[in-house]
Amino acid sequence: MEAHPANLPAPSQHRAGIRLPGLGVGFGGGMVMLYLSLIVLLPLAAVASEAFSLGLGHFWEQVTSPLAKKSLELTVICSLIVVVVNGFFGTILAWLLVRDKFPGKSIINAVIDLPFALPTIVASLILLTLYGADSPLGIDLAFTRTAIVVALCFVTLPFVVRAVQPLLLEMDREMEAAAASLGAGNFTIFRRIIFPNLLPGLAAGVALAFARALGEFGSVLLFAGGNPDTTVSSVFIRNQVESGNEVGAAAVSVVLLVASLLLLASVSLIQRWAIRHDRGSTDFIVTVENKDVSGGGI
Amino acid sequence: MGISVEGANKSFGDFQALSDVSIEVPDGSLTALLGPSGSGKSTLLRAIAGLEDLDSGQVTINGDDATRKPPQQRGVGFVFQHYAAFKHMTVYDNVAFGLKIRKWKKPETSNRVHELLQLVQLDGLAGRFPSQLSGGQRQRMALARALAVEPQVLLLDEPFGALDAKVRKDLRTWLRRLHEEMHVTTIFVTHDQEEAMDVAGQLVVMNEGRVEQSGTADDLYEHPANEFVMSFVGEVNQLGDHFVRPHDMEVVLDPDDRTQEGMVQRIVTLGFEVRVELVLSDGTEVWAQLTRNELQRLELREGQIAYLRPIQAKSFNGGSPSNPQGASTPLGTQDGGDAGLPAAV
Repeated sequence: MEAHPANLPAPSQHRAGIRLPGLGVGFGGGMVMLYLSLIVLLPLAAVASEAFSLGLGHFWEQVTSPLAKKSLELTVICSLIVVVVNGFFGTILAWLLVRDKFPGKSIINAVIDLPFALPTIVASLILLTLYGADSPLGIDLAFTRTAIVVALCFVTLPFVVRAVQPLLLEMDREMEAAAASLGAGNFTIFRRIIFPNLLPGLAAGVALAFARALGEFGSVLLFAGGNPDTTVSSVFIRNQVESGNEVGAAAVSVVLLVASLLLLASVSLIQRWAIRHDRGSTDFIVTVENKDVSGGGI
Repeated sequence: MGISVEGANKSFGDFQALSDVSIEVPDGSLTALLGPSGSGKSTLLRAIAGLEDLDSGQVTINGDDATRKPPQQRGVGFVFQHYAAFKHMTVYDNVAFGLKIRKWKKPETSNRVHELLQLVQLDGLAGRFPSQLSGGQRQRMALARALAVEPQVLLLDEPFGALDAKVRKDLRTWLRRLHEEMHVTTIFVTHDQEEAMDVAGQLVVMNEGRVEQSGTADDLYEHPANEFVMSFVGEVNQLGDHFVRPHDMEVVLDPDDRTQEGMVQRIVTLGFEVRVELVLSDGTEVWAQLTRNELQRLELREGQIAYLRPIQAKSFNGGSPSNPQGASTPLGTQDGGDAGLPAAV
């Protein structure tokens, strides 16, 4: 037996970690770029170029047309309401799932992801059945702005719960014990210790939920419909395409696209900030530890 | 005054963490709760702090019954093994936390925090986050945070357990000096008998949820109440019913009526101290602690036959005659306690 069989690369080539088999850096990287281009970059570029095809002035005209403006305003306001509501209830739900014991907990934990898995048009149909004109609960919300909020709440709940849950699970419970022994009451412990530690996850979850809400189409479509008062931007875009105004559709799309990109950027900024505070650099800790020892000063 | 716990019981499901534990900690003392993991020492400490509710029993802190008080009202400073640093706050804000709760004014808070950071030698690091500190620094920060509110008692739960050996040694010397300066009643939990003996004036040895013995380090070492204490506080060899400290094992080359034959298995030199491991004729493995000079005088080699003469031994069950090893031991059959010199038999 050889120490290094011929079919294994020399250890020095291994330093960067394992590599996918059969793919050189050039080939593998090229394939991924091609895939990304076809699936993501080209369509984005196409929408952008369509939006600006008749000039910047025309783009602006389309975006600020009364109906487009109204739909964008409606979308943003509804999405804001939704993230506030879900930020609150999502955090409570995550809290119950992590900290409390109650019957049916694992079922609820599994059901949280349902909005992810359920086709949104089905969600819309369910909501229409529950809260439509023939509501068994006697609550008729169909084709109102409230319906938009309810539909978006349903679809975006998992984002917040799943972002907050792991932070709660990993949280050092002894921080709370320490705060209690220093005299902090329950509310202060939540406000000063728990909440700040949940904030990065909560912010990321809320930003993702907001991005999703901005573009949500299926769940709103049947339940809230598309009357002039309930036309969210995604429905507006569909209407524009159907009536042949492709430039107008593309222009509003670009606005949503830019908003989503900004949100994603903010999520990554929040997470970087959280990592800086949370874990620091391990290398740095080791250096300090060494200094601590050699300096002799305790 | 000080801390007293009476008849404390606590179970977690089927596990009895504390069974009828009573301890007295004198005012201003530095006391160690010593025991293996699962012995209930941390549970006892957390119960004193109010972080764990007792099933029954009473906790008294400086004369006040604290049994039903929440942790916020016990006037206790607690230091955790894994620091429990508020990681989203700077060192300054960590230390100032308790003062802010007590609504101290800013200038007073600032003075107090910097005073404490000087005390724990972290003054230049007030603006750092815990993640930017070493383990030793984090634990000193946690100590400053606990001391900031001028607690009546200071409780430390394996405070040096997560640190490496060198830092741990330095910190315990430092803790002892700090206690000499501050004189706040302090209890600290450890599983390390050397650490307990080094730092604390009084030791409470716990095992399986019970207090086995309490006293000074000398008391425990010289007069252990039972087999567990003897073997947990210091090293011990078992010869039948008798327990002998390795430094009370004399190794000689000529047999007499008080020696036992053994073969030298291994000789380990640990600086000045030498550890000689032997196997007796009945298969018992023992070791003797010699000095370097003694070893050189004896010229011991591995594989050689040598003779062991226990200078001092203890027996806790009175050396039952039904035990064949007990009968064959050269120590005689003193009843309990100090066997003293076996030659006296």
